[in-house]
Amino acid sequence: MRIRTAGVVAVLGLALAASGCGDNSKDEPAAKESPKAASGKLVIWADDKRTAALKPFAEEFGKENGVTVEVQAVSKDLQTNFVTASQQGSGPDVVVGAHDWIGNLVQNGAIDPVQLAAEQKSGFNETAIKAVTFNGQLYGVPYATENVALIRNTELAPEAPKTIEDLVAAGKKLKAEKKASEILCLQSGQNGDAYHVYPLYTSGGGYLFGTTANGDYDPKDLGVGKPESIAAFQKIAKLGEKGEGALKRSITGENSIATFTGKKCAFLVSGPWAIADAKKAGIKYDISPVPGFAGGKETQPFVGVQAFYVAAKGKNKALAQEFVTNYVTKPELAVALYQAEPRPPALTAAFDQVKGTDPDLAKFSEAGRNGQVLPAIPAMAAIWDPFGKAEAAVIGGADPAKTITAAGKTIAGQIK
Amino acid sequence: MSTSLSGPEPATQAPGREPVRSGLPRKSRTARNHAPITATGLVVKVVLLGLVAGIAIWAAFPLIEAELWVGLAILAVTTAGLCYLYLTRRHIPAKYLVPGTLFLIAFQVFPVLYTASTAFTNFGDGHRGSKDDAIVAIQSSSVKQVPGSTEYSLSIATKGDPTAGPLVFLLTDPRTREVSAGDAAGVRRLDAGQITVSPTGKVTAADGYTILNFGQASARSPEITDLVVPTSGGAIRSNGLSRAYEGKAIRAYDAGCDCVKDSETGKTWTADEATGSFVAADGERLAQGWQVNVGLRNFNRVLTDPNISGPFFGTLVWNFAFAIGSTGLTFLLGMAIALALHSPRMKGTNLYRVLLILPYAMPSFAMLLVWRDMFNTDFGLVNNLFGLGVDWFGETWSARAAVLLVQLWLGYPYMFLVATGALQAIPRELTEATSVDGASPWQTFRAVTLPLLLVALSPLLIASFAYNFNNFNAIYLTTEGGPFPADNPTVGATDLLITYTYRLAFGAQGAQFGFAAAISIFIFAIVATVSAISFRRTRKQEEVYS
Repeated sequence: MRIRTAGVVAVLGLALAASGCGDNSKDEPAAKESPKAASGKLVIWADDKRTAALKPFAEEFGKENGVTVEVQAVSKDLQTNFVTASQQGSGPDVVVGAHDWIGNLVQNGAIDPVQLAAEQKSGFNETAIKAVTFNGQLYGVPYATENVALIRNTELAPEAPKTIEDLVAAGKKLKAEKKASEILCLQSGQNGDAYHVYPLYTSGGGYLFGTTANGDYDPKDLGVGKPESIAAFQKIAKLGEKGEGALKRSITGENSIATFTGKKCAFLVSGPWAIADAKKAGIKYDISPVPGFAGGKETQPFVGVQAFYVAAKGKNKALAQEFVTNYVTKPELAVALYQAEPRPPALTAAFDQVKGTDPDLAKFSEAGRNGQVLPAIPAMAAIWDPFGKAEAAVIGGADPAKTITAAGKTIAGQIK
Repeated sequence: MSTSLSGPEPATQAPGREPVRSGLPRKSRTARNHAPITATGLVVKVVLLGLVAGIAIWAAFPLIEAELWVGLAILAVTTAGLCYLYLTRRHIPAKYLVPGTLFLIAFQVFPVLYTASTAFTNFGDGHRGSKDDAIVAIQSSSVKQVPGSTEYSLSIATKGDPTAGPLVFLLTDPRTREVSAGDAAGVRRLDAGQITVSPTGKVTAADGYTILNFGQASARSPEITDLVVPTSGGAIRSNGLSRAYEGKAIRAYDAGCDCVKDSETGKTWTADEATGSFVAADGERLAQGWQVNVGLRNFNRVLTDPNISGPFFGTLVWNFAFAIGSTGLTFLLGMAIALALHSPRMKGTNLYRVLLILPYAMPSFAMLLVWRDMFNTDFGLVNNLFGLGVDWFGETWSARAAVLLVQLWLGYPYMFLVATGALQAIPRELTEATSVDGASPWQTFRAVTLPLLLVALSPLLIASFAYNFNNFNAIYLTTEGGPFPADNPTVGATDLLITYTYRLAFGAQGAQFGFAAAISIFIFAIVATVSAISFRRTRKQEEVYS
């Protein structure tokens, strides 16, 4: 009896063990079987929301052309998963993602340039085309742009402030009247948020990277730590906890939109993704560009672009190119993607089509008119963390000159 | 270690139920080598061994296809060995040991060896693949359209069978509507009389050619991508299935000088095998590199980089304080509650036990995030409830106290559970005897209960210490290592070695897996040393008390 039991234990165990061992080679079948099955099959990876919007169009593309199109949702770490899978040869043919991935995807040889005809290119918003251009090559076909703007509660603040000082004055008045508890909802958190504070940084005169002759960002010309950046942060410090109290580390990415929709602050710096919450909460709102410092430069928010990429190691590159260059460039698809998530379409024709029904879109796009394309160079990865922490320290009352110089040194040390 | 042990556990428990079902084992001791073969036993054995064989066959195909003969040999030997072991009546101890050993190899030894081998490479973003991969990536990402060249409408055709015949590009010039046929030999004009061109410019029929539709063409996608039609200025390449352009790879690899040349600027980047990248004379390196063996460079960097060695000691001290504090505080609180509930005078203990275990039942991942928000200066529950204005995560000591508090809340139910179990195993006669001898409750606890508890719980405390030493989530999901000194954004007051090095390895320009692996080996060495010393001391203690 005991032996039998032992046998059962052991066999069960080794069945599991064998399956465990089998796992090591599991990636291989995916890589090896696909070429056979890939007869006219196109695989697209996108995040959850976009997958749903893409599906009907992908199916239509498949039906029209007698091929199968599979849209697969990768809900977490799409970029990392794509790089890893493409290295192993089990990646998709097309991937959908943000343009600031390009630097990393290119250094890992995961995407190929796309060739758009001149008349196709001219159909797109200029900034969007600039964003997907890297080292002089076009690496993706953009479909939507996004940038932050000032969203204000029109019941509390009927007038759009012209300068950040006006905003602070209006916010302080509301606070004194107990109509709001915060002056401004601009998320920072204990470790800062470079993306959201960037408009103020540029208004104060700061920059991240200089540009080379051909208009690309130049990692050798780092603006953080330069006198301009210190001047900008000195202005930001005045808005901080030891100054006006408009910028606070207690306002984080988790609570800034909720505080705004809870009517505790009249001003919110956020992007198109905040609109759904504001609508749900029944807030009467209006959108205007983020105001700059009085006498300072114009604010320049980061402009991000969502794009379709052709995988370098895809099984069906010809079909992927066909889909990305000739199908994604159609306004119908851009409109459908807009309906799945309301970000301004990059295709001018699609933008004009939805602009009429959605006034917010034009306002966001106006706020981003001056915007700077979020740098896609790999060096940008070294900026986020030290820059954010320096911002948080300055907001908390640290000396701007010392803090920003140290941040600049750290960043320069991390850029290869 | 704990994972390897818990691996086969479900397996050992499942059959454990069997004797209960089929009655008590008869003559189990005497029947050591001649257990009766029952039908159920046989069926189970056959099914499970069949499963093993099935899995082995399933795993064999991809191995054969990938020509990984070593892997195939290992698979065959393991499977044969397993079948032999469980079909024979001999080797009883091996029957028990083999499954656990296999798990140990698959889930512990293999990953450790893999990590160790990665530590000697520059594996990371920009250095993932082979040199050939990098060259292909550099060349294909440098293909540019020849300025002023024509963009053709493309039809893909063949002279033979649509699935196998040699491919030909039928190219229509959109301005002149002249059609040419292009293949690897070059371009030649086709007579307008032989072809039909649609209004959009695509060739829909041509004498002697079969035009492939999208479905047929896309089935031969790699051939289409590889077909390059040479021209005087560059080469005509397909762009999708309906357009073609004349492009030229600006950068090309030259095996003679082992370098990449840019034909536009004349710049060259020479391969540097030590760093796995192409480097120009002015120090500029191409983004696409490859994986090389870098020897001990990653380890050197850990030891010599002032960014790492500088704050290392301070971080290490706090790391120990955090691990000891998390373990010690949870143990003290857990044990105190266990003692209180162990008292025979206590009523409603079951209700209390259920309530106390609640924090343990909630996912710590979510709870850490909730706690982070509760410590928010202006919106957090802690400050609002007590009317405080403490900037919890903004000051060094309040942040440290806060993370320890969170750890205490998350960890004490576990200590309470194990202490309860251990207390119940201590015979009441012992404590009663001490009270008869006139010892105070404190003396009883110090002299009898605590030492006996520690004998049982020491291994768990050591395991808890080792776990908390590397408790990445506890820090990363609450303070993210902060607060950071204004002049140094690389190391924060609550940073553990693991969070600090995570920032170093993955924070800058993409992931550096090789470097991360080297660091994890250092951390492993520290934890292993501490655990080994503690276990040795525990053993001595056991000898005293048992």
